[in-house]
Amino acid sequence: MKRWQCVVCGFVYDEAVGMPEEGIAAGTKWEDIPENWCCPDCGVAKSDFEMAEA
Amino acid sequence: MEPVVIVGSGLAGYQSAKEIRRLDSNVPLLLVSMDSGNFYSKPMLSNAFSSGKNPDSLVIKTAAQMADELDAKVRTDARVDAVFPNDHEISIGAERLHYSKLVLALGADPLRLHADALSVNDLSGYAKFREALEGKRRVAIIGAGLVGCEFADDLARAGFEVDVFDIASQPLGRLVTPECGKWMENAMKSIAWHWGAKISKIEKGSILLEDGSAFQTDIVLSAVGLKPRIGLAQDAGMECARGILVSRQLETSARDVYAIGDCMEVEGQVLPFVMPIMHASRILAQNVLGKRESLVYPAMPVVVKTPSCPAVVSPPKPGSIGAWHTEADTDGVKSVFLGEDGKTLGFALCGKAVSEKNLLAKELPAVLS
Repeated sequence: MKRWQCVVCGFVYDEAVGMPEEGIAAGTKWEDIPENWCCPDCGVAKSDFEMAEA
Repeated sequence: MEPVVIVGSGLAGYQSAKEIRRLDSNVPLLLVSMDSGNFYSKPMLSNAFSSGKNPDSLVIKTAAQMADELDAKVRTDARVDAVFPNDHEISIGAERLHYSKLVLALGADPLRLHADALSVNDLSGYAKFREALEGKRRVAIIGAGLVGCEFADDLARAGFEVDVFDIASQPLGRLVTPECGKWMENAMKSIAWHWGAKISKIEKGSILLEDGSAFQTDIVLSAVGLKPRIGLAQDAGMECARGILVSRQLETSARDVYAIGDCMEVEGQVLPFVMPIMHASRILAQNVLGKRESLVYPAMPVVVKTPSCPAVVSPPKPGSIGAWHTEADTDGVKSVFLGEDGKTLGFALCGKAVSEKNLLAKELPAVLS
């Protein structure tokens, strides 16, 4: 399971945790999140996320 | 073909460039930066300590990498001195440059009430602050707004002794209810809060209040607000109020000149946050390339980056009629501002209640519809 960080605001998407409140189940891989998804904190598009340092 | 020129290399400048390039792979782009032009996340400055970042590791991409990625020219350490809208030109020193369209992404300056206080408004300011903190223990922060609270929590978590001073009587006085404020104050318990504090003087190592009390400190950080940078636009005759005035198409009063980000004011609103930039940059890019789209802002709750006490705020529009309704327990506080018709117009959530953000945000009216 990987972690991804929004390069703009620092929000972290943790694949292990998912985002149940947005309908994204725990364990959902990054590549399975829809392309039109945006960072819930700042609105940055999925393409502007980067892999977070472990 | 004359380039589209973007003045400013903060998020607003780079995001505009990115959106323009997404739509048009040919138009020449020139970005002019008064600093190194490196891309970094400004919201992360107030969280860098506890996330183990230093000024160098905050750089996400260098100006050269950005230029490469955007297929743009990025001119660094260059200050635009004037805009000549009638000639479609800007000047940098003695040099004049032509533009086809001009985007002002100038940002804002921190308000400075006390000459001896540091402020952190960009990466180089942050580097200076970090240097000043070396070997020090006590930090005083003036201002308990978003930035003040975020820095206070970050520094307290890093082991500094933090004093926060504000003329208000609670954290985030303009954004949250007293119940939320109280909860946040308690959650950040290692911080010494000083309310109703009118500062008369800051001298080396001490803060003097009007009531005669004095506090010793090593460093003073000022976080009392922002002032949009409007000078360049004003000097060129563009209409300005608090910020550079733009239409819903993001056009200033000068032909072919646009403004975006913390320097811009649209329909009476200056919103120095990330999310408005994301929405505005998509509209701006289309209009710079010849379309005529109008800016729409949905509700845009702001996440307060204070890990010790998670909080989300979405204040009602100034002048809204209604009342706050608050539910509080030991796990958190949920305050919702309901209009006379019972509709949700704003909210402030802290602690566990932040999990209700998405649901509540859906009920909010658009900021600009």
